Amino acid sequence: MKIAITSLGEELSSGVDGRFGRCDYFVIVDPESLDYEAISNGSKNAVGGAGVEAAQTVAGSGVSAVITGNVGPNAYRALSSAGVDIYTGASGTVQDAIDDFNDDNLSLTQSSTTRGGRGKRRR
Amino acid sequence: MQITISAGKGGTGKTTVATNLALALAGEYDVQFFDCDVEEPDSEIFLRPELDNEEPVNLKVPEVNDETCTYCGQCGDACEFNAIATFGENTLVYPELCHGCGLCSLVCPVDAITEVDNKIGKLRSGRAGNLEYHDGNLTIGEPMATPIISRLKKKIDPDGVSILDSPPGTACPVIESLHGSDFALLVTEPTLFGLHDLKLSVDVVKELEIPLGVVINRDGIGDDRVERYCDSEGIPILMRIPDDRDIAVYYSKGVPFIEKMDGWKERFLELFEEIEGQAEYQKRQKLIET
Repeated sequence: MKIAITSLGEELSSGVDGRFGRCDYFVIVDPESLDYEAISNGSKNAVGGAGVEAAQTVAGSGVSAVITGNVGPNAYRALSSAGVDIYTGASGTVQDAIDDFNDDNLSLTQSSTTRGGRGKRRR
Repeated sequence: MQITISAGKGGTGKTTVATNLALALAGEYDVQFFDCDVEEPDSEIFLRPELDNEEPVNLKVPEVNDETCTYCGQCGDACEFNAIATFGENTLVYPELCHGCGLCSLVCPVDAITEVDNKIGKLRSGRAGNLEYHDGNLTIGEPMATPIISRLKKKIDPDGVSILDSPPGTACPVIESLHGSDFALLVTEPTLFGLHDLKLSVDVVKELEIPLGVVINRDGIGDDRVERYCDSEGIPILMRIPDDRDIAVYYSKGVPFIEKMDGWKERFLELFEEIEGQAEYQKRQKLIET
């Protein structure tokens, strides 16, 4: 089993990035063995639809769950369709998030937790 | 003659200049007025048109036939805007991200995608005295102003005089408003903020190769840095509107000040003559350079 955690860096000691679509990295980790790899989020500077594109990246990496701070409506719809569980409200480090996941301290999100962006500001 | 009134900075007086210029010209020429600030059209307040026509602006968005779709994902790969994407056995459409280009339906190998109308706003028109009035209205919550502006501009009669009130800033909706104009009239304030945003506008207008001139509004405040900049860039300052309490009071009541203050109608007519001259002169200069 693999899960994805939105992260500010490439290590387990990196902070959790509260944003989903525009996070810096996804740390893809096996929560038991703690084997991990970080993938840079190519959607970070997307003009629009970052959440949808990031959801494709995450779903394509074969994870069964995502842990992040907030998730917007577009990303929520995408991840749900892909059958990926979404846990929100994470903070601290990536390692903290994994511990919370393993200890069952995280609750599944049943809807988007933020309004979502309108892309990068164009005015 | 197509004149677009623009400004990098909001609140510099685009609508003041556009409405007063249009009203000054209305008796003398066939004038059309276009409010291209479709996110916040407000020239209506000053022009008080009698509206007699309204039409929807639709954008084509994809609709996926789940029976036919094989979830191959080619539509999503092709889409530059992430407006369509396949997740497992679901192909999702995000209409608010869609630019209506139709590429997804072209690349679909099994013809599972049809394009359907999605209303993003409307155009309105009518008359305000001798003026033909047009505006565009983007529906609240819809993010894309540009398609409304391009549809609005199809109403331009190239044989008459058209005055376009542009949105503020320098992004896509402004470029769409400026595109094809014979002249860009940039309104600014003689302040550091005014100058900073004027420079951004000038860069855009030069890139579009449109002849340009500046109107300094609220002249008398700030300092002379806008003037020095225009001098050094060879940009003509075509009008100065003083920082005048009466003008502000008329503005607050939605009254175009040329209707109340002596001499200003004539000054706006002179402004138009200067614009005509500059448009011709700058076009010729460009030809000589290239």
